Amino acid sequence: MNSPRPVSPRPLSPHLGVYKFMYTMSLSIMHRITGLAAAVGFLALVWWLMALATGPDAYARAMACLGTPLAKLLLIGFTFSFVYHFCNGIRHLVWDTGHGLERAQARRSGAVVIAAALLLTVLVVWLGCRAMAVTP
Amino acid sequence: MSLRTPLGRVLGKGSAGDGVGHWWVQRVTAVALLPLTAWFASSLLGKQLQSYEVMRGWLAQSWVAVFAALLVITIAWHSKLGVQVVIEDYVHGKGGKTALLLLSTFVHVAAAAAGLFAILRLALA
Repeated sequence: MNSPRPVSPRPLSPHLGVYKFMYTMSLSIMHRITGLAAAVGFLALVWWLMALATGPDAYARAMACLGTPLAKLLLIGFTFSFVYHFCNGIRHLVWDTGHGLERAQARRSGAVVIAAALLLTVLVVWLGCRAMAVTP
Repeated sequence: MSLRTPLGRVLGKGSAGDGVGHWWVQRVTAVALLPLTAWFASSLLGKQLQSYEVMRGWLAQSWVAVFAALLVITIAWHSKLGVQVVIEDYVHGKGGKTALLLLSTFVHVAAAAAGLFAILRLALA
């Protein structure tokens, strides 16, 4: 039996291309990208905890890894990525309560998030350099 | 009472039914992670990170170990839900999507297990 089932196309929302670009769009996709980066950072945290639990030699090797120029660069990038996800996450939680959803408010809170993330990055990198610098 | 037709149910179209739970847990873990990550990061930044003795001594304290364990569990959970949404949104092939979702789940559970093991080993040594 060949019963024809209705093949109506699934409803689609208008695609991204129809909207005029606003910087709030990049903030939105950045939340996802920085979230993925944080997932990778979680694996690094577990690797660091395992090294600490294994013993002094493993920990020294892990810290030597984190001390290379490439690792330092990645750590600075990760710091911005994480504090951005942290600050923008608060923005999302406020939205979930139904506040701050007007266009002007969302643009203003976006600017606040970027400024806060940059300031926190500078602070954390500065403190982080001090915490890393002392050799036992 | 369900408004879905039997045909719709058989074809698997419509809600899977667990979206609200997913949404809520994502928010609850997000709220929990604000103080947990702020505490963990600010604690680390005030320590001599190069010193094995200092770091082990810190994590071996009971309450530090408890909150570090909570941090690992909560990050793993929040991250698993977030990565799941990204895979579901951007990976379109059914096989690839299922494989990546499985991989993400396994990696998150394994990472959580390893993180908890490390913390317990430090705390109970």
